[in-house]
Amino acid sequence: MSKQRPNYLAGLGSVVWLLVVGAPLYVLVAASVQSRADYGASGPLSLPRHFTLRNYVDDFSTGFGRYFLNTVIVTVCVVAIVLVVVPPLSYTIVRSRGRVTTAVFRLFLLGLAIPAQAVIVPMFYVISKAGLYDNLIGVILPTAAFSLPMCALVLTGVMRDITPDLYEAMAIDGASSWRVFRQLVLPLSRGGLSTIAVFSALQAWNGFLFPLVLTQSDSTKVITLGLYNFRTQYGINIPGLLAAVVLSMVPVLLVYLFARRTLVQGLMGVGGK
Amino acid sequence: MTTTVTKAAVVAERRPAQRRSAGVGRPGFAWALPATAFFVLFAVVPLVLVAVLSFTSWNGLGSPRFAGLDNWTKLFDDPVMLNSLWLSVLITVLGVLVQTPLSILLGVWAAGRQRNRAILSAIYFVPLLLSATAVSVLWRTLLDPNFGVPSQAKWLFGDGNLLGMQSGAIGVLVFVGAWQFTPFHTLIYQGAARAIPQVLYQAAQIDGAGTVRQFFHITLPQLRNTMITSMILMVVGGLTTFDTVLILTQGGPGTDTTISAYYMYQKAFKSFDFGAGSAIALLLVVVATVISLVVVRVSGYDKMRSSVEGL
Repeated sequence: MSKQRPNYLAGLGSVVWLLVVGAPLYVLVAASVQSRADYGASGPLSLPRHFTLRNYVDDFSTGFGRYFLNTVIVTVCVVAIVLVVVPPLSYTIVRSRGRVTTAVFRLFLLGLAIPAQAVIVPMFYVISKAGLYDNLIGVILPTAAFSLPMCALVLTGVMRDITPDLYEAMAIDGASSWRVFRQLVLPLSRGGLSTIAVFSALQAWNGFLFPLVLTQSDSTKVITLGLYNFRTQYGINIPGLLAAVVLSMVPVLLVYLFARRTLVQGLMGVGGK
Repeated sequence: MTTTVTKAAVVAERRPAQRRSAGVGRPGFAWALPATAFFVLFAVVPLVLVAVLSFTSWNGLGSPRFAGLDNWTKLFDDPVMLNSLWLSVLITVLGVLVQTPLSILLGVWAAGRQRNRAILSAIYFVPLLLSATAVSVLWRTLLDPNFGVPSQAKWLFGDGNLLGMQSGAIGVLVFVGAWQFTPFHTLIYQGAARAIPQVLYQAAQIDGAGTVRQFFHITLPQLRNTMITSMILMVVGGLTTFDTVLILTQGGPGTDTTISAYYMYQKAFKSFDFGAGSAIALLLVVVATVISLVVVRVSGYDKMRSSVEGL
């Protein structure tokens, strides 16, 4: 576009929205580094007077260390499952010509619209019958299953962009499916692989419903559940609660800092494809 | 995609020798099997089970007993249930009405390549990264009448107990939903706005159209398809709102914000009436599936025509 005069109205709007997004986040961080007494005296909107990390230390001693570890376990396992089963799936969808594959792809597309809320009752039934109730495995399996459709969609889109000529060249060489997959498809879809890894990790880390319904004891609690319980039990310890919220966000924000492009481009693709 | 397929077909036809070798290196269905089996087991089977369970009576222990249409007849006589459907629709529609204009404006704005816009967009994105739990806990704390912002801003909030009245509680749910999910829709619109051919704007400028007219006569019409996709995603998301209700309002005051997804959770996991819970869940699935079929049709997702063409 050619030169334009600056759009003041848009500038004003963008500042207003910055406040709407930023102010709560400011209160969150500011309150988490104040003592309970300071927060009680000055309220949420003031500047913190004495900086303290006491709330964070307290949170760790009341079990958040454990919840944190559980969440890491769930997240790592979900990402591992996704990275093992989705690439061959997308490869098949892109390269196979069978009717079955088309049907499978449609199944996953429809899966995009199955809300997790809709299946928690039968999931509770299945997981209980399988003896996995109150076990992290019982959280990992459904969480991974529900991140498959989105990941399949994203990775299939990426793999479609590999030009057919490359496949043909390898086919002339008589390469097996496995060799094509390993030497051509995987290296060329590296970007897509990191996108689905980040996606599924985000979904697993932020997951709430499955842990809520499928676990109950303290030893299997994940961090979102820890936040929920903290609020219902010690809702009055606001700096402690908000420090826990910050703790739950830190890994995600770190990933955002280092993989912003991957994440944003991936999400943009979801809407645009 | 159609073009690449036809191109491949043409190539194959021209060189018959290659056609035979084209079968080599094509993966069979076995490659898709692990993912498919996994997905069927943990998503499709439960979906079938939810239908079965909706015709049974089960309290979570022992085995479900067949109960015919009991759950369904009770459901449609239950005023809380009927009201929950209305509330779900209300919250969803309000969500669409609030988020759509916001995300269009922000998305079109963010589509500009200016550096300050890129930086601000990166900040705007943050709420989307947080878990719905964290977001709800944060807002619950901020809006607490005794310890939150209302205690410091009486001029704005009056007695401050927003969550203590129906209109306030619904407003908070809609606002918090918008706070968290606007970034996602903004991103969709940003991508779509960048895909609008610049030629259109250049032509409009030559004709002397200003920014506002360009927005209404080029940008908005070009975003039509994106709007449909985005709104449908909002509807599916809105109908299944759960975490925010559980943490912010517990369906209250009274049952004033007991929307269907939350009512299902209450029925199944608080009253241990898993049959009724399943029936509500099935109702939600039917609505969501109908909407998703519309998505697939309208957007041409299933044809996967092209990855650059847009929707």
